[in-house]
Amino acid sequence: MLKGPTPEVDTGEALPLLDVRDLTVEFQTRRGVVQAVKHVNISLAKGETLGIVGESGSGKSVTSYAVMRILDRAGRIADGSVMFSNLDLRRIDESEMRDLRGREMSMIFQSPRLALNPIRKIGQQIEDVLLQHAQIDRDMVAEKAVEMLEQVRIARPRERYHAYPFELSGGMCQRVVIALALACRPQLLIADEPTTGLDVTTQKAVMDLVTELTRDRGMSTILITHDLGLAAAYCDKVIVMEKGHVVETATSETIFRSPEHPYTRKLMRATPRPGITLRDLLPEDEAKRAGATGTTAVKSGAPLLKVEKLVKEYPRQGSTSSLSRLFRTGPAPEGDVFRAVDSISFEIARGESVGLVGESGCGKSTTSMMLMRLIDKTSGSITFDGEDIGSIPARAFATLPQRKRIQMVFQDPTDSLNPRFTAARAIADPLLRLSDISRKEIRTRIEELATQVGLPLNLLDRFPHQLSGGQKARVGIARAIALKPDLVVLDEPTAALDVSVQAVVLNLLQDLKDKLGMSYLFVSHDLNVVRLLCDCVIVMKSGQIVEQGPTERILTTPAADYTRELLTAIPHPPL
Amino acid sequence: MTDTLNAMPPATDTAPPVPAEKPERNSMLRHARYVASENPVTGLAFALFALIALCALIGPYIVPHDPLASDTAAALQPPSWKHWFGTDQLGRDILSRVVVATRLDFVIAITSVALVFAMGGLAGIAAGYFGGWTDRIISRLSDTIMAFPLFVLAMGIVAALGNTVTNIVIATAIINFPLYVRVARAEANVRREAGFVQAARLSGNGDVRILLGHILPNIMPIMMVQISLTMGYAILNAAGLSFIGLGVKPPTPEWGIMVAEGAANIISGEWWIALFPGAALMLAVFTFNLLGDGLRDLVDPQRRT
Repeated sequence: MLKGPTPEVDTGEALPLLDVRDLTVEFQTRRGVVQAVKHVNISLAKGETLGIVGESGSGKSVTSYAVMRILDRAGRIADGSVMFSNLDLRRIDESEMRDLRGREMSMIFQSPRLALNPIRKIGQQIEDVLLQHAQIDRDMVAEKAVEMLEQVRIARPRERYHAYPFELSGGMCQRVVIALALACRPQLLIADEPTTGLDVTTQKAVMDLVTELTRDRGMSTILITHDLGLAAAYCDKVIVMEKGHVVETATSETIFRSPEHPYTRKLMRATPRPGITLRDLLPEDEAKRAGATGTTAVKSGAPLLKVEKLVKEYPRQGSTSSLSRLFRTGPAPEGDVFRAVDSISFEIARGESVGLVGESGCGKSTTSMMLMRLIDKTSGSITFDGEDIGSIPARAFATLPQRKRIQMVFQDPTDSLNPRFTAARAIADPLLRLSDISRKEIRTRIEELATQVGLPLNLLDRFPHQLSGGQKARVGIARAIALKPDLVVLDEPTAALDVSVQAVVLNLLQDLKDKLGMSYLFVSHDLNVVRLLCDCVIVMKSGQIVEQGPTERILTTPAADYTRELLTAIPHPPL
Repeated sequence: MTDTLNAMPPATDTAPPVPAEKPERNSMLRHARYVASENPVTGLAFALFALIALCALIGPYIVPHDPLASDTAAALQPPSWKHWFGTDQLGRDILSRVVVATRLDFVIAITSVALVFAMGGLAGIAAGYFGGWTDRIISRLSDTIMAFPLFVLAMGIVAALGNTVTNIVIATAIINFPLYVRVARAEANVRREAGFVQAARLSGNGDVRILLGHILPNIMPIMMVQISLTMGYAILNAAGLSFIGLGVKPPTPEWGIMVAEGAANIISGEWWIALFPGAALMLAVFTFNLLGDGLRDLVDPQRRT
């Protein structure tokens, strides 16, 4: 609905706006020269939207940096030509290039918060761009900045002109970045993962805005993304990159209906979508080898975990001093606190996996932290296997025997591994602290765990920075299951991973569950992933549970408007 | 560099082309060699440090003259083949005295830095990790120390406790305390909520284990820079105290005293008495300051690629 030729598209033989031929980019590293981009050809017509899709390390960002000539010092364009209209971007000098950037070609970066100067008002930042390129007189510029904010649908633009980036949400910040990028009416917009880290509903709003604005102005857009669904929904043409090479170029329609290159097919398969099983994510031969997933053996009887009327309140700004907390008697006055989790109740049976879904700030992480007993609840009860663990202070819980039975896999596999511990040492940590396994047997157990999670044994002595994202995720999973826990909380365990790695990790999690009979609480913002792995799903919004029930029912016939909104916001490849 | 490369097993599996280094007994040594060869300044700093350490270790056995033996007949002689650095008012050989003094200054610097690292580093990570009252008490304590002119504070401490080497060490440690507290506190504070600390808690580690086993090793690289900077500062401070007569007592050879003894003679033209110990002092401080980057690279596993 968002695609289709726009009036400006000139399908004739006219000069393309951007013509990249045989582009090769090299990086000088400690171990010699590395080619990040190899002989890439891109041709972008006026008014066209081009998607560059690939996994991390495929060279998709480097390609766009090379076009903008903003490679870092170690990188250089080794070969090829970059023609913009009829300017040779490799030839012109830096001052001309500086003039082009922002005026003729601009860029939207991945993290909107990092792209904005944190100590300047957003209105002034837009003015800076306009004045830099002498687009407007000084006395008119404030009006123009407000107008730009209005165009990117920021409510009350006159007021927001004076806002600082930290006062705005992630989605709002990205709108400001878009306003900055479009302020001088450039001809080319490069959006580098513009919506990664944003919620699905925000993603939809931002992408709709970008497509609409660029279409109105007849701009050409390059959308760099790892998300095939997103590229399919918003691009006319798609380029698939792997390890610095372009493996396939086609219109988005054909690439999704009949992908030719095996890598494209593998990517397509690995993308979670409705109507498939976990095994369908894996490449065909591996899926066959893995066999069918075990049937979920949800045991009846008393639930493993029972949460009742759980509440977590945080003091609001201004009342955070511990003096005021120390001398306060009775409950905090109304309005003084923020309810991150507002009286939620649910159960998890033995062997069941429950998905906890919601957008950022809905309280799902706070909930999982309370269940993990890493933070204390404000009120309510958490009953684990018939025992009230909610009343044990978080600080004391660390060394109790119950600690063994509830473990967690963290969102960011890099952040959750101690940079100074080898993989083996990281897996050994819980064994050393909480089990009575002898020092001699510990290596055997580590190797057994590594085999279970599919981590090659020769990687066990590596440090985290020497492992890939998927390998780090495996280490994190091995550590979580080392003590044979009954409940594992999975906090977006695949959010930081490429789709093909995500496919493997999700299958691994399912196999482990079948084998070890654990229960999962799967915290995620991605309904497609939850659909694959979970028996039940809980949808949260602003600290409250909107809806809960069996996954199939919730995802096919949602009762709440909010769930429906979440479902429609997910971009799907046209399959 | 090439042998570091050859020693790496080829990357396996779907791993990115990250070289893996088998933890071997000599990997630290090889890494030190690599760090030194990577950056010539670091190499120079390591070499100078080795020279200073050598002087401190075997200096007293290799010097040509007895550093304490006076020979009034040969007083105030300019540098010559017999006395490379000349002689002082009492005819003592300055070269011998400069070399012998290395041990004392070096020991003062190392012990005071070790002491302040233990006190300030631990207090700082505790403040950063626990926050709340622990943080308030430790931070205000270090603020109080910062409120004094530091050298005057050191003078006061030595004057009050007595004129001994131990007290110089203590005074030097105390005035460096706030620097360590602040760095360690800031570094521990950002890691308090890091994923790996949460994971350590889930693995059943208590607070003390998390502090010493997980957080401390991770802030070692930055602490190493701090250590090498304060080493230089500690030597200057000890020499400064001796210079004003509040430290090591004559006739013990010590750079600060020697500069003080020579200072009066500069005007009358005997420049060598103050110059050579002063140059030794400068060289030592210079070495320690340069050493920081190299030490950081040495203890940071992420650099070991």
